[in-house]
Formats: sequence, structure tokens, C-alpha cells
Amino acid sequence: MTWYVMDTWIVVVGALAATACALLGNFLVLRKMSMMGDAISHAVLPGLAIAFLITEARASLTMFLGAAVVGVLTAVFTQWISRFGKVDEGASMGIVFTSLFAVGLLLIVQAADHVDLDPGCVLYGAIELTPLDVVWRPRYFGTEFEVPRAALVLAGVTVLNVGFVVAFFKELRISSFDPELATTMGIHSNLMHYLLMTLVAVTTVAAFEAVGSIIVIAMLIVPAATAHLLTDRLWLMVVLSVVFAIAAAVLGHLSALIVPGWVGFTDTSTSGMMAVASGVLFTLVLLAAPRYGVLCKRLRKTEAAAF
Amino acid sequence: MINAVSKQASPGHEALADPKRIPLTIRDLTVAYHRKPVIWDIDLSIPEGKLVSIVGPNGAGKSTLIKACLDLIPRSSGEVIIYGQSYEKERKRVGYVPQRESVDWDFPVSALDVVAMGTYAQLGWFRRVSKRSKALSMQALERVGLADYAHRQISQLSGGQQQRTFLARALVQDADIYFMDEPFAAVDAATERAIVELLKDLQRRGKTVLVVHHDLATVPQYFDWTVLLNMRVVAAGPTESVFTQENLRRTYGGKLTLLTQAANEIVKSR
Repeated sequence: MTWYVMDTWIVVVGALAATACALLGNFLVLRKMSMMGDAISHAVLPGLAIAFLITEARASLTMFLGAAVVGVLTAVFTQWISRFGKVDEGASMGIVFTSLFAVGLLLIVQAADHVDLDPGCVLYGAIELTPLDVVWRPRYFGTEFEVPRAALVLAGVTVLNVGFVVAFFKELRISSFDPELATTMGIHSNLMHYLLMTLVAVTTVAAFEAVGSIIVIAMLIVPAATAHLLTDRLWLMVVLSVVFAIAAAVLGHLSALIVPGWVGFTDTSTSGMMAVASGVLFTLVLLAAPRYGVLCKRLRKTEAAAF
Repeated sequence: MINAVSKQASPGHEALADPKRIPLTIRDLTVAYHRKPVIWDIDLSIPEGKLVSIVGPNGAGKSTLIKACLDLIPRSSGEVIIYGQSYEKERKRVGYVPQRESVDWDFPVSALDVVAMGTYAQLGWFRRVSKRSKALSMQALERVGLADYAHRQISQLSGGQQQRTFLARALVQDADIYFMDEPFAAVDAATERAIVELLKDLQRRGKTVLVVHHDLATVPQYFDWTVLLNMRVVAAGPTESVFTQENLRRTYGGKLTLLTQAANEIVKSR
């Protein structure tokens, strides 16, 4: 295995995407809205496609705007349909995001002849290609760094999400734990809900190009779910989720380079491997976590039985 | 209209009829789901410093009444007046204890964290939980006998302890009128006594407490004011004059076993 500068950038892009997602993912998991992340990550597609058709540039501001609008619409439509359509929230989410995703797909396929947006990329992303799109060449310590656009965009979104979680930590905590009390105190849990949904939409778009609309769900949910198994403190859960997010990015790219060699292939999809690494970390923690782990629970039960 | 009245009253004027001294007035309140009314045309006025039970059969709209007062569900019509003002203006004087099942007890917070949430309204946006609010929260936990459990994750508390955690949170809210949704549901005897003590203490400090209550047997013992509800207000007033067999029959309709039980309890309690 040879490690190029490019590999470092791939890991950086992956780690930033995973961090940005994991930060918000904590609150999706705690609000029992994990599927909302799924829904939004798919539903932003028409917003993206339309913005892309208008501006013909990826990751433009218009694209973020389009995605944010459609993301919030997804949340709004979901609430409406479950209220007026006599279906539960899960079903109404299923209606909304599949319809929107399909519209997005149609738009992309229609436009595929004259624009460079590939349905495959939309699903899986192309993190391996992100280092090629260099937009900034700062010089530090006599070395020129070739900073890819994806890294810059994702760094921006990560900073935004860190700011959001830190500034609204108390509000996120109360509105996730006890939305009714929060609302009676003037901390509108609906407002927090839509703020969160907007950021999920924006983050999804930023992470889109690198990891696609399916892997991004793994990044939103898995690190947070893993962290929840290890701690009873919210701030620690947020910190741990970021640690797991970064670990999955690093381990994911390493295994994408190494593991296929064992069975005679050269390398494999990095974003896919990052999601797999997330899943493996989750499984390990699920088994070995000190309090909520399966093994320890089993052990305590046998101990209790022995007495 | 009520605003006009309260503006006319000169500041400092504290006659009993002063709307600013009436914790809760409800006028023509109707709430409907899917165009089907859940509560209908509610008119209520609760005097200051009362412990009020809201009693009625399942589906009578007890929780709905509370939530409509707190703007948690949309009202079809009517108005809710808190100390002569709109709820929006007097938000900080209103405390709320939701049903215990309404939250996820696996949430990664300690009992102390939950109690400290009661101080969030005073803190305002962007402010962190201060040392002072932590100390206040600790005091409240002591008052409900949970000081030793402050740092436990909340799923490791018993049902009664969870309920007391909620009450401690209500204490640090330091409101003047409280709405409590079934605080006595499925709690142990020790917790029930602790809650009653707490309610009496709140009353001594001039607070008004509205409690959705299920156990008819204890109504005359715990509450000095009672609202009998079944979609409409069947009767409301001092418990000794309102809590009669006749009124209960009108509230609970044909549910005879329950009625007989209630009647027996009334006889016993007198």
C-alpha cells in the first residue's frame, strides 16, 4: 500500500463529512427521528437538481439554498400528511421523501445529457475524486497545500454545526428531552426542530458529493448511536460521536486500501468502507460497552443468578 | 376586553376582584381534533392559592384542557387569561409538569440535569446553566428527598423517583400557577405522601396548583377546589360542595362500578 497526499485529503474530507453529520445525528437519534435524516438526505435531491440546472455549478450557494428549502419542506410535508392524511409519521415520511427523491432523479436523468451530474454519484458519492478539485493553494512551512473544494465546504459546515450545538446546547437538550416543557418556557421546540432539519439538509448537501445520499445516513446515525451506548451524559455523547466519526473515516479509508488486497482486488469504495467501519465500531461497542453492552449485561445476569 | 379592564385598574390596587389576582380564567374554550370537539365551551375561574383537582372519566379532555391553556395544542375558540394577562405575557409565572410517560427516560441526562431544566426559562437563550441554577436544583432535589440520586441517569430511578424529579423541576421554575398532568399516576405510597406535602407547601406560599387526578378516593382529602370535567365543565368550585354523588354521576355517566366505588369513598371520607 502506498499513501499519497491525495489519501490524506480523502481522509480529511471523510472525517469532516462524518463529523458534521455526527454532531447533528446525536439529536436525531435522541429525538427518535433517525429516519428523518434518511428522508431529508434523499428529499433534497430535487432541490439540488434544480439549483444545479440553474447555476450549472456544484456546491454553489444556490445549491445549499435549494437543499435547505426542500429539506424544510420535507419536514413540513411530513407533519401535514401525518396530521391530515390519517397515516402515521413513518408512512407520511415514506410518501414525502420517495416522491421528492423520484422527482430529483427524473430531473437528473433528464438533464444528464448536458450536465455533469451522475445518478450513481448521487447515491454513493465520489470521495476518491474530491482531492482533484483544488480551489486553494496556501503555502505554509515552505510546502504548498492543495486544498480541495470539498474539504473547504465541509470544514465550513462543520464549524457551523459545532457553533449550533455549542450555542444551543441547552435548548437542544430540553427540546429533545421534553419538547412540551420547552415550548411552555418559550423555547419553541418546533422552531428547534426546523432549525435542526435545515442544518441536516445543508450538511447532507455538503456531504453529498463526497459520500452520496445513502452513506450519509450512516454518518448521521451510527456514530451517535455508538456514543449513546457508552455514556449517560449528553455532552460526552456528542464528543464521543465525533471521535467515532473520525475513527470511521480513517479506518474506512485504510481498509478500503488494504482489505481488498487480501482477496485479490486492488481497492474499493472508500465511502462504502467508511460506513462499514462505522458499523463495525458500533457492533464492537454494542458487545463490549461497560454498562449497556450485551456481554456485560449477560455477565451481570449470570452473576446475579449465581447469588 | 380583559386587557382594557386591567389597564383601568390603577397599579398597586389589589382588591380581590382585581383580575391580576386571579391566576386562571378560561372563557368559551373549545378544542377540536379533526372537527370533533374534545372539550367544549369551557368557562372557568380559579381563585388564588387553591389546590385544584381536575377530575373526569378517560377521554374527558383533562390533559387537553391543560395543554390548551399552555398553548401546546391549538384552540378552536376561546381565551385563557393568566393573572389578567395573556398566557404569552405571563409565561414565566406558569409551571408545567407533564405526564411521566411523555418523555424518554433513557435520555442521557442525570436527575440534576432534568431539574436544572426548570431554570432554563430564567436563563434565556445562549446562557449556560450557572453554578447558581445548579445549586438551586440541588436544593429542590433535597426537598423531594432525592439528593443522593442527583447524579444518576434518570432511567435508574424508580417511577416514583422520576415523578419527584419532575416535581423538583417544577419547584425551581418558581412559578405562581402550576399545571400538573397526573403526578400521582402509578407512584408508590412514599412518593404520594411527598407530593401531597409539596402541594400543601406550594399552597402555603400562595401558589395555585391544578392537578389532573384519577383517584377519586383522595380528592376530598388532597384538594380544596375541584373541577369535574366531561367534555364540558360539569361542576367547579370548593370540593366540599362540588364533589357530590349527583355531580359524579353526571360526570361519569353510566360507569356504575366506578360510581359505587366513588360513593363509598365519599361516605368513608366524611
